[in-house]
Amino acid sequence: MSEIANESHTAGDAVLRVTDLQMHFPVRSKGLFPKTIGQVKAVDGVSFDVQPGETLGLVGESGCGKSTTGRTALRLLEPTSGKVEMDGIDVTRMSAKDMVPLRRKAAMIFQDPYNALNPRHTVGAIIGAPFAVQGVEPAGGVRAAVRELMDRVGLNPEHYNRYPAEFSGGQRQRIGIARAVALRPHFIVCDEPVSALDVSIQAQVINLLRDLQDEFGIAYLFVAHDLAVVRQISHRVAVMYLGHVMELTSREELYSRPLHPYTHALLSAIPVPDPRAQKNREHIMLSGDLPSPVNPPSGCVFHTRCFVAQDICKVDKPVIREFEPGHQVACHFPITEYLGSTLIVGPDPGLTPESDLEGRQDGDPMEQAGDSDLIHEPGTNYTDGTDSLIDPGPGLWR
Amino acid sequence: MTDLSPAPRRAYIEVEDLSVQFPTEDGLVRAVDGVTFSIDKGQTIAIVGESGSGKSVTAQAIMGLVNARTADVTGHVWVDGQDIVGMTDDELRKMRGSTMAMIFQDPMSSLHPFYRIGAQLTEAVNVHNKVSKKEARDRAIEMLQKVGIPSPEKRIEDYPHQFSGGMRQRVMIAMALINSPSLLIADEPTTALDVTVQAQIMELILELQQEYNTAVVLITHDLGIVADAADQVAVMYGARVVESGVIDDIFYKPEMPYTLGLLASVPRLNQVRADRLDPIPGNPPSPIRLPSGCVFNPRCVYKDRVEGDLCATERPALLPTDLGHMVRCHMSKEDREAVATIALGTLGRETA
Ligand SMILES: Nc1ncnc2c1ncn2[C@@H]1O[C@H](COP(=O)(O)OP(=O)(O)O)[C@@H](O)[C@H]1O
Ligand SMILES: Nc1ncnc2c1ncn2[C@@H]1O[C@H](COP(=O)(O)OP(=O)(O)O)[C@@H](O)[C@H]1O
Ligand code: SF4
Ligand code: SF4
Ligand SMILES: [Mg+2]
Ligand SMILES: [Mg+2]
Repeated sequence: MSEIANESHTAGDAVLRVTDLQMHFPVRSKGLFPKTIGQVKAVDGVSFDVQPGETLGLVGESGCGKSTTGRTALRLLEPTSGKVEMDGIDVTRMSAKDMVPLRRKAAMIFQDPYNALNPRHTVGAIIGAPFAVQGVEPAGGVRAAVRELMDRVGLNPEHYNRYPAEFSGGQRQRIGIARAVALRPHFIVCDEPVSALDVSIQAQVINLLRDLQDEFGIAYLFVAHDLAVVRQISHRVAVMYLGHVMELTSREELYSRPLHPYTHALLSAIPVPDPRAQKNREHIMLSGDLPSPVNPPSGCVFHTRCFVAQDICKVDKPVIREFEPGHQVACHFPITEYLGSTLIVGPDPGLTPESDLEGRQDGDPMEQAGDSDLIHEPGTNYTDGTDSLIDPGPGLWR
Repeated sequence: MTDLSPAPRRAYIEVEDLSVQFPTEDGLVRAVDGVTFSIDKGQTIAIVGESGSGKSVTAQAIMGLVNARTADVTGHVWVDGQDIVGMTDDELRKMRGSTMAMIFQDPMSSLHPFYRIGAQLTEAVNVHNKVSKKEARDRAIEMLQKVGIPSPEKRIEDYPHQFSGGMRQRVMIAMALINSPSLLIADEPTTALDVTVQAQIMELILELQQEYNTAVVLITHDLGIVADAADQVAVMYGARVVESGVIDDIFYKPEMPYTLGLLASVPRLNQVRADRLDPIPGNPPSPIRLPSGCVFNPRCVYKDRVEGDLCATERPALLPTDLGHMVRCHMSKEDREAVATIALGTLGRETA
């Protein structure tokens, strides 16, 4: 499926690679002659890559720098320092003019389908705009191409001449998606694309994004604060906190064997929509709120809220490192045991034999709930066999 | 009617056939249409549903906050045997803040930006109690302490903007609970918060609920929060309650196709990527043009199991399917159970 790289792609090049990226915004004093009195360290030394056809999820609480990372990655912002490479080309200091041809290869989808679309333009004009901007004339003409795109994303092509206000939230997000994929980009930054949508509509849009990825081999940087949504769509996930990537690994690893204390806390804080499972989970309650990115804590930026912090954490900033192959973490004391924070990781339903499933559906649900071999008991270590329950499932990338 | 005495009330709160309509230029908005549920002290009912399904207007009607000049409210909201619907503004003011209180997604909707929070909290005490200045102040400090504001005797002098988002949410909760109301309505209280702060706030609400034995109406679109906090659930769609029951009925034995769709479309932390989500097709209805018959029929994939075009023409009633479990659907119980098994195959597995 998504292993298929875009043909025009040079093998081995990441569609995006950022290295030690920093994006600091000046804080200015008020008054007639504003002076810079500080820096918002929105992104403060972030490195990752996105491979062709891959989805890298970027999660974290609001204000941790996800959107800024996404916008800097597309060079909508010029980074304070660090390097941004698209398809192997260093674009860190490239002029807007030189960026133009590269803009064809990348696009962005926004959270708010209400504000991202110009209310005075027809849907046809909105979706067709990238052709005009890039001076591309698709075979068969722009109109036909737009109608085809509308059809592809689940909009009625007959609605070509309607205005955004006539569409529901989910449909507006489809309009944004159609425009983003118009030029068949290699790479799309999706910034909270389903956060404003109702769950039933969320699912429609997530499925659409996955289908488009499979069809066109598009890579996504998928920014979201909802870890369940990110799990649904990502191959790898990076967890951000206060401008830093705290942990980066495959989806399976992150959700079943998190290492960073913050990841443990995040996962344990999310209630699962399953009352019995939810009641059996243990919660790590983080104290306090997020510190300000203007004046981040010394040492490890998480130390003010960390439940396993030691003295060294206050002075010595942990560097992100490969703790295990393919599993990066920025922490002096990664947590390798099960804390109750991780999930009830059941076998992949796609792999469970049908007969097995039928048997499970009837009978007393209480009794079934007691059949707790799918539930991690608090205090269980990963090593005692529970990890055999964690199955990556079929059709996975790599 | 000749019988003027109110019928015996079984639950502390009984919402009975509540409807709210707003006449607007575009037509009549049916925001709430025959909503019925009940809840006892110390219990939590969660109202879930898509945006626009009428959750907030239901809450406002229970609080007597729907303006009678712009809206038409019918039905009953019995709070401890007294009907909120039809009360005068004076009577309502006496109830609000003492017997019942409300918290919102945005704390600034109940905090005044220009007054110190101490002044606002003591004011809330004074409106409903004859107490000295010192007593009111002590009560305010005690309440701030309770909601987890550090050094409350100092913070009482601060203005709302001097608190962080999570702390402001705590102040609002202190304000709502300062007169120990027996009914708390929480309308998306954590939707604007990050998960780690959300967990703190939910824990706080549940702790205080236990302490005061409060009945809580929790409005949310997050099924995780429902699973975590609710005893009862009312699922709303297109201004109506389409299914209600105890939490286990709704999560493990749902019967109404919208509930099934909702449960099947929510991404789960315990679900893998290879597993596609199963969305509900189509879009939610406009409250001005609610579909005739069953409000869910344009999106329902099971309506061909019902004979004729009943789903499109006849409004199904909210009927008991089991003890305390109500469903609004024309399908036979057999069919409802059969489609639940089809729709929730994956969920059945997960809870098995
Ligand atoms: N243009 C800007 N000027 C100043 N500060 C900004 C700007 N954009 C973002 N920030 C700040 O940078 C931090 C990270 O913001 P953002 O990247 O939007 O976070 P997220 O998307 O994770 O919520 C926040 O503190 C935000 O206020
Ligand atoms: N004052 C009002 N005038 C007209 N329509 C309203 C008013 N308040 C709410 N509505 C409409 O009533 C419907 C239900 O709204 P609401 O209860 O806020 O939904 P929810 O809280 O479930 O998202 C919506 O379609 C909304 O637009
Ligand atoms: S480095 Fe120290 S403070 Fe930071 S996350 Fe690890 S243990 Fe906690
Ligand atoms: S009444 Fe008909 S349309 Fe409505 S949920 Fe039941 S089967 Fe579906
Ligand atoms: Mg953002
Ligand atoms: Mg609402």
